[in-house]
Amino acid sequence: MSAEHTHEHGNEEHASMSKGKIWRVFFYLLGITAIEFLIALVLIPKGIIDHGIGNFAYIVLTLVKAFYIVAYFMHLKFEKVAFKTGIVVSLIFIVYFIVLMLTEGSYLHVHMN
Amino acid sequence: MSTTTVSQLDEVKTGPWDGGKSPFSIEYGKIMMWFFLVSDAFTFSSFLIYYGAQRFSKVSWPDPDQVFQSIPGLVDEGFPLVFVGIMTFILIMSSVTMVLAVEAGHRNAKKEVVVWMIWTIIGGITFLGCQALEWSHLHHEGYWWGSIPHHYHGVDTIGAQQFANLFFTITGFHGFHVFSGVIINIIILFMTTSNVFKKRGSYLMVEKVGLYWHFVDLVWVFVFTFFYLV
Repeated sequence: MSAEHTHEHGNEEHASMSKGKIWRVFFYLLGITAIEFLIALVLIPKGIIDHGIGNFAYIVLTLVKAFYIVAYFMHLKFEKVAFKTGIVVSLIFIVYFIVLMLTEGSYLHVHMN
Repeated sequence: MSTTTVSQLDEVKTGPWDGGKSPFSIEYGKIMMWFFLVSDAFTFSSFLIYYGAQRFSKVSWPDPDQVFQSIPGLVDEGFPLVFVGIMTFILIMSSVTMVLAVEAGHRNAKKEVVVWMIWTIIGGITFLGCQALEWSHLHHEGYWWGSIPHHYHGVDTIGAQQFANLFFTITGFHGFHVFSGVIINIIILFMTTSNVFKKRGSYLMVEKVGLYWHFVDLVWVFVFTFFYLV
């Protein structure tokens, strides 16, 4: 693991998680939420985009928000590479569980209704 | 002339993973908080993924724009997403005040930590209040664990029932996290005002509680998307 010496950079940024940066992240989060509202209250009701695309956009925007919260507010972006990897890779089980359970749900939809 | 050569095995290794060092260079309690949050992420994912599976398997599912269209205490219908939008804003805002408390802690600025912790606690309590209003509104409409309003008929009742059960279970579990977070924040606030961290020389505890609080906000981001938007 050679992460040790490549991380002076991380420490610099650690010091610079300043008030300005905090508020900037806040406005990103607020902006993304505003876009979600725009999709839900204007774009879908007026038929500009359909539900499928809307849902896809919601999920992408949610993941972007999650990234900003975890990376900046929870400071994970500035931790050691090994630690970031340890935390993030374990979430792969969640992805697998999503695939399993949604497959199961679709199967039940076809075969039990 | 001695030609003692040191074999590869006898050399003292000094890499970050060879012992005697903290390779992540994060304090123990903070790592443990992260590990707890990973396990909690699995719990919440299980709930939300089961919700997804149920929703996929049912013929019909209540339309969130129909269910959540009131602003409790003001209007009963016609305003989808407005109330939950306010709740989301409050929670994101309290997350920001939490980071500001952590940032003040880095500078050992006790007064600022106290101020931002108080704002964070107010945000948390306001969120819980909003959730209580929303729950009681839905309860009056007839939604609860095991019960749904009378306007659902036939095959629609199956999806609506699962929606009601999962809505109260998942937002209830999240609300319980917010509640515990508020309690922990209050404890930290009192520890700050009684100079515990000043004597300790570090406000690291604020950071650990902050991790928990941001996680609660993070979970809400997902609950919001999958219950109210999708």
